[in-house]
Amino acid sequence: METFMVIISGCLFGIGTYNLLSKNLLRIIFGTGLFTHASHLMVLTLAGLKKGAAPLIGGEEAGYTDPLPQALILTSIVINFALTAFILVLGYRAYVDTGFENVKQLKGYDHE
Amino acid sequence: MNNLLVLPVVIPLVTGMILIFLQRRPRLQRGLGIAGVILSLSLAGYLVRTVHERGIQTLNIGGWPAPFGITLVADMLSALLVFAAFIVALACLMFAGPAAGKHERYYLYPLMLILVCGVNGSFLTGDIFNLFVFFEVMLIASYVLLTLGSKREQLRQSIKYVLINMISSTLFVVAVAYLYAIAGTLNMAHLSERVAEAGQDGLLTTVSLLFLAVFGIKAALLLFFWLPGPYSAPPAVVTALFAALLTKVGIYAILRVFTLIFYHQPQITHTALMVMGAFSMVLGALGAAFHWRIRKILAYNVIISAGFIAFGIGASSAVSLTGALYYLLHDIIAKAWIFILGGAVIGIAGTDRLKEIKGLIHYRPALGWMFLLAVLAVAGVPPLSGFPGKMLILKGGIERELYLLTAIGLAVSLIALYSLMKVFIHSFWGEALLNEGEQHDTGKGALLPGAMLSALAVGLGIGAEWVLAYIEPAVETMMNPRIYIDAVLRAEN
Repeated sequence: METFMVIISGCLFGIGTYNLLSKNLLRIIFGTGLFTHASHLMVLTLAGLKKGAAPLIGGEEAGYTDPLPQALILTSIVINFALTAFILVLGYRAYVDTGFENVKQLKGYDHE
Repeated sequence: MNNLLVLPVVIPLVTGMILIFLQRRPRLQRGLGIAGVILSLSLAGYLVRTVHERGIQTLNIGGWPAPFGITLVADMLSALLVFAAFIVALACLMFAGPAAGKHERYYLYPLMLILVCGVNGSFLTGDIFNLFVFFEVMLIASYVLLTLGSKREQLRQSIKYVLINMISSTLFVVAVAYLYAIAGTLNMAHLSERVAEAGQDGLLTTVSLLFLAVFGIKAALLLFFWLPGPYSAPPAVVTALFAALLTKVGIYAILRVFTLIFYHQPQITHTALMVMGAFSMVLGALGAAFHWRIRKILAYNVIISAGFIAFGIGASSAVSLTGALYYLLHDIIAKAWIFILGGAVIGIAGTDRLKEIKGLIHYRPALGWMFLLAVLAVAGVPPLSGFPGKMLILKGGIERELYLLTAIGLAVSLIALYSLMKVFIHSFWGEALLNEGEQHDTGKGALLPGAMLSALAVGLGIGAEWVLAYIEPAVETMMNPRIYIDAVLRAEN
């Protein structure tokens, strides 16, 4: 199961990177979303998947999965949710105000 | 256990939250913000003294004992940086009123305080995932600050900035995940111990290089291509705060991680650090010398100093680390200083193109002379604050027989001096272009914070002996991670 998840996460990283490299802003934003999903899956997998027992004090010691990475992922999901919302609004605003939708328009330093 | 540690994080946060409710009253906001920062500044001063007298202070949040809960740790390095961050926050708040204009109404002050909260949290935390969280607090505040006003240029630049930082933050999570999978802990002291026990093999070194890449993006070290744009778009006060604090947090993270955890393979990691430092110094200097716009020149100077500090960290002897920390403290203050003064110049002239500004010394002589002082301090002319740090870094470089890097460091200092002198000569000398009454702004707002930072910079240069007494324990901890580990894991509660 771990191997499978690692491959899935790798695929997501690949697709995310592909999208990040495109020129369309919306695709780039989706790319960052996939990228973070991939990283979350990876955190989950690296600590080991299901082992069976519940993580209670006094239970069997090695019987349960380490719950810490899940807490980390939760934190990271909240942060990324906020960031994705922010960059979607930012991209929308840039599109409405300046007709921006293609990264080529980001080139150069010239104001106006 | 010392509850004092949580205050530099909590006071700015709570003050910022209160200010949100006072949106319609910018002057009251500013007054309350300044009061909050002065209170935290005095507490930070007390923290520095406590650490100096009683050694490293820790606080296990929620009462969870050290490697299991989140620990806040104030060693001398953190305490000094927190202190410097509050000085800069104070100067920027003082400058904000006149320079911010209509932005004041759009949550400028709350955001500045939350940014300071994130910065101080990053300095104080002893947990590597918590470091990520505080990085995000700081970055989210910085995203909004960057877009304040939503001019066309700001929108363009902030998209770049937000994307780059989102990607580097994801990489940070990935690096933390690898590290957790290998070492099984997130507490930095515990990590240091485990990495030392297991020996830093190829896998751990690779992870450490991933960390170096992540922090390199944040610190504008070699991976700085995102920096000049976003740092020249927002209002002057925001840029001053960014230049003084944001990249410095990245540098702090490098300093912490590569002196506490990954110090076993210096021939790989520290060499990489020095190469990155050399490139950012050279490329930053070329950019600074090439551009003819004040904002661009100042932004490239941020990159140069990041490279310089990386050189100091990479050489990793006691002397060079002392220099790196001294230079870091100097740079936090000096960058805020020169960005505030530069912002005032741009405000008066209404443009940042050097060829369209002339003769400002006729209107604002005090501003002009302070700018000259700031230029000399940034370039490292004795007896100002840049000199002791630069000298110690170069001395460390020579002791390690890194002659090429030392030569680059010296040459780059000259080019930085040239680039900033260019700003001074073109904007202050010559016949006045604008008549009395034609200035876009008085520039008076920069005088008070500028004078405060000038006094500090001169003090930091002349009082080097006195400052070094405080830097010494910090360097001792960096050279000998045992001290930090014992303080965190074996603290009697």
